[in-house]
Amino acid sequence: MTERIVIVGGGTGGTVLANRLTDDLAPEIDAGDVQLTLLNDTPEQTYKPTFLYVAFGKKELSEARRPITDLIDTDRVNFVVDRVTGLDTGEKRLSLEDGSGLAYDQLVLATGANLAPEEVPGLLEGGHHFYDPDGAERLRDALADFEAGHLVLSVIGVPHMCPAAPVEFVLMADAWFRERGLREDVEITYTYPIQRAHGIQSVADWATDLFEARDINLETFFNAEEVDPEERVIHTLEGEAFDYDLLVGIPPHEGSDLVAEAGLGEEGWVSVDRHTLEATEAEGVYAIGDVADVPTSKAGSVAHYEAGTVADRIASRIRGQVPTSTFDGKTICFIESGMDEATFVEFGYGDEPVVREPSKLLHWGKLAYNESYWLTARGLI
Amino acid sequence: MSEAIQPDVTIDSRGATCPGPLMDLIGKVKKADSGTVFELQTTDSSSKNDVPEWVEKAGHELLDSVEHEEEGYWSIYIEKTE
Repeated sequence: MTERIVIVGGGTGGTVLANRLTDDLAPEIDAGDVQLTLLNDTPEQTYKPTFLYVAFGKKELSEARRPITDLIDTDRVNFVVDRVTGLDTGEKRLSLEDGSGLAYDQLVLATGANLAPEEVPGLLEGGHHFYDPDGAERLRDALADFEAGHLVLSVIGVPHMCPAAPVEFVLMADAWFRERGLREDVEITYTYPIQRAHGIQSVADWATDLFEARDINLETFFNAEEVDPEERVIHTLEGEAFDYDLLVGIPPHEGSDLVAEAGLGEEGWVSVDRHTLEATEAEGVYAIGDVADVPTSKAGSVAHYEAGTVADRIASRIRGQVPTSTFDGKTICFIESGMDEATFVEFGYGDEPVVREPSKLLHWGKLAYNESYWLTARGLI
Repeated sequence: MSEAIQPDVTIDSRGATCPGPLMDLIGKVKKADSGTVFELQTTDSSSKNDVPEWVEKAGHELLDSVEHEEEGYWSIYIEKTE
């Protein structure tokens, strides 16, 4: 009997997983014993880390997109462009927007995170962000016109994708305005919800020192509750009113309605065992990437490593072996600390990462990785 | 005292490194109604200081903090106020 594996989501996690499975199970797929389907709601994949550079006019959106059929082995993967509208984990069946259904034996959810700026009144009208293509382009245009005033980056939504990106943004903005001779006319403030500049203590310590050295204001215990776009004021949960001229607000994120409606996890994040990535509320279901509720960053590197674990576990099961591969929380983030220097951190569950001294070499390493990312999506690195 | 506290929402942040237990709590408190009682479960010892500090600043009420020595985690009880 043919084992049907379905992956929902063609982002980093979904394409790495499809490629790992075609590598691991090529003989079984070729023999017709395994059928692998990848579903995505668009024919293209978008590499989101590019957006940060788009905001500063350093990259174009076209550089962030590739057809998914260029990234996978289409002889072995049935790639379907459609949206999943329903999931019945009891019947092991997906409903699709085109009215058809799709049965599975093993299902992997890799649907990512969705932005929900509407959760904060006034944020859509009063704030910018660089977390989707349109937002990055609008912010690029706003920054290009901004020559004086108070630039505020407020981390509003937690958890959010790429936890280092807001720190990178203000450090890059500082360097960018200096290069353009405008820094003395632009005040920069970074706000964060908890009592330090970042969720990870060592990153917070590092960022706090850099902010001080570069004259970037830091506001902590700052949770935007409402934005007044007319008066350009942020009202916080802590009772403060904070003025801005240009607001970059990292919006709240939410998981998938599909996940919540299927009873797989609160607020659309799939409840999983943090090591096996198997759903706690259904059999034969896994989650990887941003949609998986695990205690580490919502970052591409996490999706990448999780995909390897799930590929190993599914392949073991199909071969009749006991799956032993587990995910240890491995996360790697490059962090830009200006326009021409960067550092990086690496950590697993419960680890406190060491922030290395920023260097030009690491900045070039980040840019080089961004260029070679498509090899990761293809399962090659 | 904690024996009597029946949380409306339990937040399991045990093992969390990033974004961290306090951020998990803030995210839930933002969306909750006044009067909601939370139990934050955390293995991060710094939560014992971080959470009360934020709760005071935001004007909510810290109800109790209980260490589960054998299991290696703390339960911190908070009530959201107006």
